[in-house]
Amino acid sequence: MKYYVTQLNDKGNIAVDDTLLVKGAVTSAGSRILDGFKPLFSAEAVERLESKGYSVSGKTHVGEFGLDLVGEFSYYSEKEDELKGAAAELVANGDVKAALGVDINGAPRRAAAMSGVKFLKTTYGTVSRYGVISTAASGETVGVYGKDTDSIKEVVSVIAGHDDKDGTSLRHDSYEYKNDLDITSMKVCIIKDLVNKADDAVKAEINAFVDSLKADGVTVDEIDCNLFEIANTAWQILMTAETCNNVSRYDGVKYGHRAKEYRNIDELYVNSRTEGFNFLTKAVILYGSDVLSKNRYKDCYDKSLRVRRVVAEGIEKILADYDAILTPVCSSAKYEAYDINEAFVKVFDESVFTATANLTGIPALACGKVQLIGKAFAESTLLSLAKSVERKGE
Amino acid sequence: MNMKYEIVIGLETHVELNTNSKIFCSCGGHSSPKEPNDCVCPACSGMPGMLPVMNKRVVELAVTAGLMLNCNINKYTTFDKKNYYYPDLPCAYQITQLNHPICTDGCVTLKTSEGARDIRIKQIHMEEDAGKLVHGGNSSFVDFNRTSVPLIEIVTQPDFRSAEEVVTYLNKLKSMFISGGISECEEGAMRCDVNISVRPEGSEEFGVRTEIKNMASFEAIERAIKYESQRHIDAIEFETEELVQETRRFDDVSGKTFAMRNKETEADYRYFPDANLMPIIIDDEWLEEIKAAKPEAIDEKAEQYRLAGISDKEIDMLMSNHKISSLLDDTIALGCNAKDTAAWILTDCAGILRKDGKTFNDLAVTAEKLAAIIKMVDEGKINRNIGKKILIAVVESDVDPIAYCKENGFDKKVDASAVESVIDGVIANNPQAIADYKAGKTKALMALFGACMKELKGAADPAVIKELLENKVKSL
Repeated sequence: MKYYVTQLNDKGNIAVDDTLLVKGAVTSAGSRILDGFKPLFSAEAVERLESKGYSVSGKTHVGEFGLDLVGEFSYYSEKEDELKGAAAELVANGDVKAALGVDINGAPRRAAAMSGVKFLKTTYGTVSRYGVISTAASGETVGVYGKDTDSIKEVVSVIAGHDDKDGTSLRHDSYEYKNDLDITSMKVCIIKDLVNKADDAVKAEINAFVDSLKADGVTVDEIDCNLFEIANTAWQILMTAETCNNVSRYDGVKYGHRAKEYRNIDELYVNSRTEGFNFLTKAVILYGSDVLSKNRYKDCYDKSLRVRRVVAEGIEKILADYDAILTPVCSSAKYEAYDINEAFVKVFDESVFTATANLTGIPALACGKVQLIGKAFAESTLLSLAKSVERKGE
Repeated sequence: MNMKYEIVIGLETHVELNTNSKIFCSCGGHSSPKEPNDCVCPACSGMPGMLPVMNKRVVELAVTAGLMLNCNINKYTTFDKKNYYYPDLPCAYQITQLNHPICTDGCVTLKTSEGARDIRIKQIHMEEDAGKLVHGGNSSFVDFNRTSVPLIEIVTQPDFRSAEEVVTYLNKLKSMFISGGISECEEGAMRCDVNISVRPEGSEEFGVRTEIKNMASFEAIERAIKYESQRHIDAIEFETEELVQETRRFDDVSGKTFAMRNKETEADYRYFPDANLMPIIIDDEWLEEIKAAKPEAIDEKAEQYRLAGISDKEIDMLMSNHKISSLLDDTIALGCNAKDTAAWILTDCAGILRKDGKTFNDLAVTAEKLAAIIKMVDEGKINRNIGKKILIAVVESDVDPIAYCKENGFDKKVDASAVESVIDGVIANNPQAIADYKAGKTKALMALFGACMKELKGAADPAVIKELLENKVKSL
């Protein structure tokens, strides 16, 4: 049970993060506030996989609401010295073919980096969010963990597609994913500032990846770009505000954890939520309430919405010249255990690599510690570039 | 001091829309379920993983209401979340519209004792209703049947100057919305917040404003305005108290208003855009479709009825019940006379329903069946009495009028000679009645008439029978 909150089928080939609903299986998103919650329906992505004959092996541990680095702050999992993500480890061990995760603030991508596997954060609106325990609705997406691009391609092809049950689901012409596009004339740019933030081990992995691309004829340039820092600040504001709002429904009244001691409705709320949320979620709620408050809304939330557009346009400009942007996924090759009181700032800082894709809805593929970011719907480009590097390892 | 004061009132009116399903899920809409939490799904009870999906009909009804109130229909409209904790609000936020409401800048003209008055409509927005709390014993219970039932909120400018104007406006909205099929406007389906202030007559500046929340009866609204405006005047005139901007509630029993919360303690609702609902774009094509389906304005419709010879009293009845006004319209469309059809519905159907202790809302007659009966009468196939008999069978057991008429032999033509021979037979068999009549007991004739009617099974025109009978008896 090291990786699973609930194991459902030991022959199952797909693990599902505990932020996605599986009908009848306790789903708590790593939080005590949802203790014992049994959903009445499965997430659309899970339904689609099951209807194609895949079976769910179990629910994997996630950090509370997927807000931490890689899953270190779950109410249900044991503490480890070296931080790893449960689903990513299962995939790395070959226990499952692939796993589903929800990328809110980069946790699954970082988990893939720590375990040396891949995670594809899909274009916003291509995989239904129906059945996702929602926190940051405007940027969270369902994605796929896999050991290689073949398995990711296979699974994402099943789960992507329009869904009437999700009002943000797009109607795209085709949901066909490939990992064998001709990459020889492709161009990739490296964001210098971001690489400089990474330690030597991460840099070494990036260099090896770049060398491999170059050997296959890909043009690789280094560029300066200050958008990632700005994007991160904007996303932390939007993400905390939306999360604060979305978790406000967990009040101890209807389901999940209810405090034993209370004398009135206010105490029922306060005591249940005090006991039910961890320190990181509380920090996110406080930060999110603040940026939405009357006096701060214009300078924080509203401004972040405008920054989102500026960043999207800036990235679009870069991606007009390049097929993909290359960055590290994380600042260090290893995450050590740390105190939850430091989590908010730590996650904020580390998300500088991942937040742009959440903020603007574009796809990102973590290949170990290397990240490829592409235009909306350009998953096939990212998978094909990654495949070329993969092939050398075979 | 002997200053005159002007009362300034603005209204926020919440109206429950007449849709088949809730605003963001497929649960049943306004039709009230019988048991608590009968009409609830994971979406409207705020379970994790659910997403709101917009009910298109809500947009169409809101646009229709906007057209009726002469508003601009905004082509781009979005939803916002309003945050507050209350156990009857399962998500701890309400989905409503703040930044881009669907309709803005309308106007409605009222007929008042002092002539026509224009009330400007600031905006109409769509939102979801909350559930309700039921308190019993030591516990409180939550009923989510009403959560996510679609509402429109109609916000006026501060253009009312009296309680009477407010009630006139509300009655007009009610008739408009009922006849337009926008809302049934039943008890509790129309709720008002009243913003009120007073100022010396002639002054341009507004006084201190108070808001009286959540009143459902027009009578309570009228009393609340009268009480509250007098309280303001007394406070200014006699310095009885210091007026502060605050929210108040009206107590129906004492007829007074009481402070709930003031401006300083007012909640910050932390409104922000709802990322789960994409902006709604109302393009020209869709707007034209809604316009084409929009019922005529209530004033035009009433005028049409009036021209057709329907009485004012009947028009009032028709205007307050969408079901019967559309039955009338549909029956007229099938070629029946308006005035005559109105009588069939408002007199004959009403009588049958009343006898069974029912109301127009229980009426299940289709326009096709009603038109069939009226046409048989018009064409002289049957007389009106037979028509009424058939109508009873249609109302009570939903029979097919034409088949029912045939089965009972109502359509057999009864010629004058047949009627005469029946009358002759009745006279011959009732010598005592004839004698009584001759002796001056005019009532005896009624007995003979009854006997004739019974024998003819109502198949002949009663007026004709009566005339023939009377002439025959007199000439004896």
